Amino acid sequence: MTAPLNPRNAVVIAVLALLALLPVYCALAGNTFLLSLFTRIVILALAAVSLNLMMGFGGMVSFGHAVYLGIGGYVVGILAKEGVGSGFVQWPLALAVCGVFALAVGVLSLRTRGVYFIMITLAFAQMAYYVAGGLERYGGDDGLTINKRSAFGGAIDLANRTQFYYLCLALLLATVYLVWRLVNSRFGLVIQGVRSNERRMRAIGFPILRYKLVCFVISGVICGLAGVLLANHTHFISPAIMHWTRSGDLIVMAVLGGMGSVAGPVIGAVALLVLEEALSRVTEYWPIILGPLILLVVLYARGGIDAILARLGRG
Amino acid sequence: MLYFIEQCLNGVQLGMLLFLLAAGLTLVFGIMDLVNLAHGSLYMVGAYFAATFAALTGSFVAGAALALVATLVVGMAVEVIAIRRLYGRDHLDHVLGTFGLILFFNELVRLIWGPAGMTLPLPAEMLTAVQVLPGIYYPAYRLVIILTTLAVAVLLYLLVMRTRIGMLIRAGASNREMVGALGINIKLLYTLVFGLGAALAGFAGLMQAPILTVQIGMGENILILAFVVIIIGGVGSIRGALVAAIFVGLVDTIGRAFLPDLLRAFLSDNAASTLGSSLSSMMIYMLMAAVLVVRPEGLFPASGR
Repeated sequence: MTAPLNPRNAVVIAVLALLALLPVYCALAGNTFLLSLFTRIVILALAAVSLNLMMGFGGMVSFGHAVYLGIGGYVVGILAKEGVGSGFVQWPLALAVCGVFALAVGVLSLRTRGVYFIMITLAFAQMAYYVAGGLERYGGDDGLTINKRSAFGGAIDLANRTQFYYLCLALLLATVYLVWRLVNSRFGLVIQGVRSNERRMRAIGFPILRYKLVCFVISGVICGLAGVLLANHTHFISPAIMHWTRSGDLIVMAVLGGMGSVAGPVIGAVALLVLEEALSRVTEYWPIILGPLILLVVLYARGGIDAILARLGRG
Repeated sequence: MLYFIEQCLNGVQLGMLLFLLAAGLTLVFGIMDLVNLAHGSLYMVGAYFAATFAALTGSFVAGAALALVATLVVGMAVEVIAIRRLYGRDHLDHVLGTFGLILFFNELVRLIWGPAGMTLPLPAEMLTAVQVLPGIYYPAYRLVIILTTLAVAVLLYLLVMRTRIGMLIRAGASNREMVGALGINIKLLYTLVFGLGAALAGFAGLMQAPILTVQIGMGENILILAFVVIIIGGVGSIRGALVAAIFVGLVDTIGRAFLPDLLRAFLSDNAASTLGSSLSSMMIYMLMAAVLVVRPEGLFPASGR
């Protein structure tokens, strides 16, 4: 398969090249801040891709997706505190917990739709937020410091910033590929069919609740992986990561990049976080610019950056 | 028992404040089909205005009145500049657009009033406690909140059910094209309704201001509570909002007051107080989830939608 070189693909390739070569530049320039920033960007891009699977393709707008960042992170943090440092235990367990949580939330919340669905996902995220705040042994509201990154017994050294960055990037790329395969599979077509006309899909005979639930769980598990990475990256986990404004940030990334494509949220995450960083250097009051900018994107740039690039390509 | 009655009054007071916020949200949702996350920002702005004007005029009541008018104006301006363009879009666009507005308002307030919070001191006569029942004293100001918000609820009911404007509002909620076709200026009506919602939010903010500190982000957590209220009550229903608001207020307050003690019967002191506090914070969300599971459209779904 050869992709034509249009502006859309060019930007994707440029972003990928930038992400791949960044550690080289950072090593040469001795700039550890930039590497740390981009590790964060790659991790949040992973979360945004997972949200977009259910929101962009499944039509399920979750306003509590950051809860999986929190759960993934807390499993790592709690195990680390209790002396279980092995990533072979921490990571699968974190993903399993996220999967079970998503299954339970999904069964309950998929009964509702529209604004009710937005709000019930938010409600579950708020519950998790308050549970985390009540975990006194694990820092309560102040959060929990994680002393050591997950250990993988010599297979890979997460303490090495560059190796950790490349691991995150590899997982992001693998996820984008996986999601791309998924949305183009029979499963993905059913999910997209449900988004555009649920009643018709039900009439054809698809058990749509089951399809939506599977999509919901996959999305939650992938976001849980992002949470595992984020906790490892920051050496810290606190309830703040599950605050509803974090979930809002993830939605902004997905919409800004473009919900119509699998790679859109990656571009959105890079764009949003780089923009935040740049604006914060210009003025201390940067959200006063970012807020109206988000509003303008919503109003005048439907389909986000991805759609703009696609339009450019068509000339 | 005395403590229980006091906590019930606190619950009703919280419920009435939530109703003020929820009424505006549910009006705007019911009529313009708009999910407005920035409603909490108007609550915050109302509180800041009240603190500023009260300091300028030296009178709590004058400050409150000026703040109410100012919030109404801000609300209408926001509608004309930004919100108007979001009508007819899907809910995701509303969530995102108004999320942008929250960022904007939080920073604007930081820019104008600075990062430190403000306080709104009460007039001396409201600092006393009133004997509500034999042997039960209750802070006068909290009673004032309950009574004024009750009055506002009645006024709102009269406005919506008994006036020409209210008739148009109800007509707009059930069929907006028809109202427009009959020659009503629907744009102006929407601006007025949004302004009314903003004024209600501002009123909630300024009434709450003397009890809490006036600070940036104060509207965010209570906004989520107000959403819980309208979801439980049924989106678009003012009656549902009133019932659900008092219900949520009572559950939240009484849960916070008694759950730790209740748990203490089974658990150690320490565990009971931490578990109790997080459980009681979660209670209203569990309530909401339970309501949605049983009745996905809320308790009192607005008719005809």
